[in-house]
Amino acid sequence: EGRGKDPPHLVGIHSVFCPFSADIISTVEFNYSGDLLATGDKGGRVVIFQHEQESKNRPQLRGEYNVYSTFQSHEPEFDYLKSLEIEEKINKIRWLPQQNAAHFLLSTNDKTIKLWKISERDKRAEGYNLKDEDGRLRDPFRITSLRVPVLMPMDLMVEASPRRIFANAHTYHINSISVNSDHETYLSADDLRINLWHLEITDRSFNIVDIKPANMEELTEVITAAECHPLQCNVFVYSSSKGTIRLCDMRAAALCDRHSKFFEEPEDPSSRSFFSEIISSISDVKFSHSGRYMMTRDYLSVKVWDLNMENRPVETYQVHEYLRSKLCSLYENDCIFDKFECCWNGSDSAIMTGSYNNFFRMFDRNTRRDITLEASRESSKPRATLKPRKVSTGGKRKKDEISVDSLDFNKKILHTAWHPKDNVIAVAATNNLYIFQDKIN
Amino acid sequence: RQLRRNGGGGADGDDSLYPIAVLIDELRNEDVQLRLNSIKKLSTIALALGVERTRTELLPFLTDTIYDEDEVLLALAEQLGNFTMLVGGPEYVHCLLPPLESLATVEETVVRDKAVESLRKISQEHSPVDLEVHFEPLVKRLASGDWFTSRTSACGLFSVCYPRVSSTVKAEIRQHFRTLCSDDTPMVRRAAASKLGEFAKVLELDYVKSDIISLFTALASDEQDSVRLLAVEACVSIATLLPQEDLESLVMPTLRQAAEDKSWRVRYMVADKFSETFVSLQMYLCFNCIHSVLTIWLSDLCLLCPVSEQELVSDTNQHVKSALASVIMGLSTILGKDNTIEHLLPLFLAQLKDECPEVRLNIISNLDCVNEVIGIRQLSQSLLPAIVELAEDAKWRVRLAIIEYMPLLAGQLGVEFFDEKLNTLCMAWLIDHVYAIREAATCNLMKLVEKFGAEWAQNTIVPKVLGMANDPNYLHRMTTLFCINALSEACGQDITTKQMLPVVLKMSNDQVANVRFNVAKSLQKIGPVLDSNALQTEVKPVLEKLATDTDMDVKYFAQEAISGKHFTLINVNKLKMAIIKSEMHFNLLVFTVLVLA
Repeated sequence: EGRGKDPPHLVGIHSVFCPFSADIISTVEFNYSGDLLATGDKGGRVVIFQHEQESKNRPQLRGEYNVYSTFQSHEPEFDYLKSLEIEEKINKIRWLPQQNAAHFLLSTNDKTIKLWKISERDKRAEGYNLKDEDGRLRDPFRITSLRVPVLMPMDLMVEASPRRIFANAHTYHINSISVNSDHETYLSADDLRINLWHLEITDRSFNIVDIKPANMEELTEVITAAECHPLQCNVFVYSSSKGTIRLCDMRAAALCDRHSKFFEEPEDPSSRSFFSEIISSISDVKFSHSGRYMMTRDYLSVKVWDLNMENRPVETYQVHEYLRSKLCSLYENDCIFDKFECCWNGSDSAIMTGSYNNFFRMFDRNTRRDITLEASRESSKPRATLKPRKVSTGGKRKKDEISVDSLDFNKKILHTAWHPKDNVIAVAATNNLYIFQDKIN
Repeated sequence: RQLRRNGGGGADGDDSLYPIAVLIDELRNEDVQLRLNSIKKLSTIALALGVERTRTELLPFLTDTIYDEDEVLLALAEQLGNFTMLVGGPEYVHCLLPPLESLATVEETVVRDKAVESLRKISQEHSPVDLEVHFEPLVKRLASGDWFTSRTSACGLFSVCYPRVSSTVKAEIRQHFRTLCSDDTPMVRRAAASKLGEFAKVLELDYVKSDIISLFTALASDEQDSVRLLAVEACVSIATLLPQEDLESLVMPTLRQAAEDKSWRVRYMVADKFSETFVSLQMYLCFNCIHSVLTIWLSDLCLLCPVSEQELVSDTNQHVKSALASVIMGLSTILGKDNTIEHLLPLFLAQLKDECPEVRLNIISNLDCVNEVIGIRQLSQSLLPAIVELAEDAKWRVRLAIIEYMPLLAGQLGVEFFDEKLNTLCMAWLIDHVYAIREAATCNLMKLVEKFGAEWAQNTIVPKVLGMANDPNYLHRMTTLFCINALSEACGQDITTKQMLPVVLKMSNDQVANVRFNVAKSLQKIGPVLDSNALQTEVKPVLEKLATDTDMDVKYFAQEAISGKHFTLINVNKLKMAIIKSEMHFNLLVFTVLVLA
């Protein structure tokens, strides 16, 4: 309803509260239809929520998301050769396009990518030859006839089973995985390399980008994110800690160390400071659904690039410009290295990204209007409309405004997801997941 | 027996039912291995149940077991392909369709492929009526399924039912295939592209021209290169179907376009399939035996070659180049001598100078094809520098590969050319610093002697090999022994006794224990070639002396040789100990290499 107009009036429809640190949500992702929403957490668990069909009792809600399946995707491990602990934290989840009645997703921690199948079962086989209904063994010599098991209906059971494990290909920490539009390959990126995998082959991957210098002391930049083009199976991009984005064409050569396009905005010398390089580091890159644009998130802003224009972004949105004066203290408490993600709405007309103090920001690309909203248990009671929030930057603080100095930097929204078709969003605020949808009047 | 088949049995129970009962119960065992065992014995279960119960009870149960592990499903899909008699013969074969249909939609490609294979198999057992009533609707259901897994499976089924259905159904099948060729998902388009050639073969020629060619052209210019490269493959079978006058207009433009594709993967596929495509064109022409047409086509081929081939040779991508290098040689037999010299020779020479060793290796390893057509002399001028360069490559695996081609090359070049140019190379490998190369070089010498004869060996290589016995490096001295081991049989008794044996015996006084125990081993090895007189008067005393050596390993091997025991295993620890005990000062690095080797 709010699509293409002002930022939608959002109402909370669901929130989950989990009080343990292992439950800090580390990734959120809708599947292609939007009916399922997967979250990964610091404890290596994946929780999948399913969109409930509309109910006639509560027509004001299009439907809630309820837990559909929960499973442990990764366990903590120890690399004995390097004496390194491998965290179980889920860094990324990516759904595969649906191929049959089951659903498939890729989940990854720092080192290992796994392919999971989530399937339903509603029938159970009954009847044994050697056992009675209550499990007692029958006398094997008293068998007078053969029984073939019969399938009986049972309560719906959702199973998650690991289908493939793609391991041992990354020396550094995996930051991105992205399924290719050819539906048979995907890429995985770590700090220095990008590998291309076939979804059915686990013992082999192709290294397509390697930026590791011969001498590690000459290392000046790392890969921060990578994504496949949504339509062209030969194109992918990767962003770097220097604020640049490289677009590569796999048609040109098997190794893509040489990029085809290089996106970089010239630096404004007047705003140069000690922190310039740190805050220009790109924490996320996402293609628009149309494939025409891509969006990058750096510490203070979101930029939209036209793939046909490499020298500057077509749109720049300030996420929390008021923090520019506080970079020093953000550096000291390490917040300046937070990796905020960003996402598009289904029609590419609006974008969303997170901030501090449980605030998240939405920008309408057509009207250039923006809004700050807060995901908190107090302000987002089910079916309550979210109120816009404002941070005061000047000396005088108006009513309802919050001062920059009182922002809570421990409450950060790093991960958000937008339903591919509807105005339904999922916002992960540390260990809470909030799902909002726009209000139906 | 009849009773048992029907699962009836007497009132007091039938102990022969017990094993079957276990098998049925184990279809649902928690242990995958047991489930797999049961599935593999599905025919036993079906036989015990009888055709009626198999149809009404077992098959419905199996239809819903698609939750199982892949290996169980794979076995099930395979079993069902051989189940016709167990459900009551061809009359009831359609009962097998539901379980195979659900297997054809699982996500695992191997299972799906196996289900399709079984479906293709049982389609032959359907009567024409059943094919239209049961099988063809299944194909349609799969082809219009919601999920792409079912649509990909459908692609493999069109060609088996098409020839046996009525013309209206045929039209429907063609329509379904067309739809799948332009499916939304690349997975389905890829499946359709890979079955295009097969489907074309069962179609009437008019439809090949009207339908298949347009589908082929569309798939070959698909937006995804993963689809385009599969379309290239279909080209081979389409080319065999069309009359020659249509090939130029219908197939060639697409092929030419593919050879110039922006994507290296597609160009790779063209290079890979090039000679295959041309062979299929050629076969058609041979079949018709029309000489004039042949001539016209040959000139057409040559016209085409400079365009596409040369572009590919100058391709900057080494994957394309090395694939091309391996097939380009095959073209020479098709093109004949004059065309090869005119069009292909410059390309070979260009590739022989290629910076990538793999490309050069591919050319050299396929030289025999060209040799047949134009003779090796033509190539030798450029061939030699390329070989020398490979022989001295810094990567030992490249050197190893070229050594393996030496006997082949020697055969092609003849003894004269070999002595003149390549002999020194072969000897140089004997003192390579990598053990694998020295070993391969030894083996190479043996093959050369087999080829050129004992006399040649006596004149050219034996003196050089024996000369190394005085080398200051003990590894080279050992190489002499290894060469003698390898050559003695090929050289014969005379050379072995008169020239090799004295050298071996002299080496029994070597300072290095490793050399001494290798002398013992060599003596054992060449023993059968020597005459009994030499054995008694010369070999035995030396072995007896070695058997009292101060080094325990020398002693051990000498005793082994005396007792005539045959053994081949060298204990690495023994070797290590031998080195440590020996009084010589070794370069540490050298014996690390030795031990590792």
